[in-house]
Amino acid sequence: MKLKDLPKKAVDKVKNFRLTRRVFSYPYILFLLLFVVTPLVIVLVNAFIYDGTLSFQNFVDLATDGSSLKVLGTSIVVGIVTTVICLLLGYPVAYILAKWKSGSVLVVLFILPMWVNFLIRTYALQTIFENMAMTLGMGTVIFGMVYNFIPFMIMPLHTTISNIDKSFKEAAQDLGASPVQTFFKSTLPLSLPGIISGITMVFIPTISAFAISQLLSNNSIILFGDSINLKFENKLYGVGSVMSLIMLALVLLSNFFINKINKGEAAKNLW
Amino acid sequence: MVRKIAEKGYIFLMLGILYAPILMIIIYSFSNTNNFTFPEGFTFEAYVQLFTNAPKKLWDSLLNTIIIAVVSSVLSTLIGAISAVGIYYLKPRARRIVENVNQLPIINSEIVMAVSLMLFFATFGFPQGYVRLIIGHVSFCTPYVILSVMPRLMQMDPNIYEAALDLGASPIKALFKVIIPTILPGVISGFAMAFTISLDDFIITQLNKGASTGIDTLSTYLYSSLRNASGLKPFWLPVFSIIILLVVFIVLFSNLHSYKKGGKKEGK
Repeated sequence: MKLKDLPKKAVDKVKNFRLTRRVFSYPYILFLLLFVVTPLVIVLVNAFIYDGTLSFQNFVDLATDGSSLKVLGTSIVVGIVTTVICLLLGYPVAYILAKWKSGSVLVVLFILPMWVNFLIRTYALQTIFENMAMTLGMGTVIFGMVYNFIPFMIMPLHTTISNIDKSFKEAAQDLGASPVQTFFKSTLPLSLPGIISGITMVFIPTISAFAISQLLSNNSIILFGDSINLKFENKLYGVGSVMSLIMLALVLLSNFFINKINKGEAAKNLW
Repeated sequence: MVRKIAEKGYIFLMLGILYAPILMIIIYSFSNTNNFTFPEGFTFEAYVQLFTNAPKKLWDSLLNTIIIAVVSSVLSTLIGAISAVGIYYLKPRARRIVENVNQLPIINSEIVMAVSLMLFFATFGFPQGYVRLIIGHVSFCTPYVILSVMPRLMQMDPNIYEAALDLGASPIKALFKVIIPTILPGVISGFAMAFTISLDDFIITQLNKGASTGIDTLSTYLYSSLRNASGLKPFWLPVFSIIILLVVFIVLFSNLHSYKKGGKKEGK
């Protein structure tokens, strides 16, 4: 009885397989597994392979290599300074545009340059710096980063600030708050989700940027993203993989924070 | 009053800084130099050079860029549109997992994506050249197509599909008559996005093109020219100017279009 049941069940399962709508997702799930998940798993595996054996040597190498640590330090400094400047310059832009009726049109003008390839924009900056006889170095790299990534700060800030209910501001004013108090007690805290999105959307691309810092510093400043590329160019797959993992962990961590604060609305803010 | 002027001034100052380098490129594309000076005065020479005397490599790389963008955006749009429907009807738990993995290529840094693909292709011995590039481009374009189709599916009234079945349509017919027309605008904007992202890509192409194949897209060719000690040839500035004008035109046009449509909806 039981023995007969089993094949029958299997046959039923095959018979019951219909071309339901969810089947349409299977090829893409396979694609994702193959071309997105597997490559990352290979990076993970490579991080633990040293000289053909399993070991933590790559992590040790990275932690004890002075030049890599310097790259990490420089990246964090450039990342933080760029992010702070973008926030200080971008917040007023988003705030003013949110007040204007034409703001939603004007914000497009702030985002438009992003669609011009970053190599073209970086070349233009480089040429301007050279014409002004400025020495290429830390200052020019940070200027270039701010120039490249400030749209990523303005975008989420503008979305958040223009969605704040006007009655909060009116209530604060009715209750006797000065404009400065209204801003710091009402508008600023309410725009926190936009600030967090903006910070991660500037910080992460800045430290993982490729080619910008090379071009704007005459190869004298190397950031984390360039360094990953250099490690792979020099066939140091193990250390390069460890650095990629660190970068990936940073990305996932910051994305987790955004999602937590925005409660699942992060995707909407992206574009 | 003073405050309003200050606000206006600030916005225009920021826009000025943002657009100055871009305007410089357009202005100095008429100087036949690469260093933002006017030694020969105003001249169309760089444009003439571009169309009569530019290296073959430039046109080859332009052609590569377009081929890769067309093929990978068409593939991503097909895959994305079909699988968005499938993902929408997955069980909630499975759907959440797939949607999260689908986010990965969007949130991940490009450099990590690029090196992971490079290792993957090398490990499994994928043929160098177009195959690698197109797989790479499809893998980071498709998520955007899915993201632009998904909201359309969520806005769709599920009763209409059921009604079509009740009225005797086969599931396939219902798919073509109900679901596809509903998601079409999302599919079109997804295609546009995939196409532009593929055109604009530099890092993933640069790391996966393979040195020996000699395949270059416009951006990787530009990168190798930028690293060349002799600097860019003057014909590049007209190339940049044309790209910039195309971008301005397309972005303004598409935004104006969606703004008008949005206005109509609100008016209702």
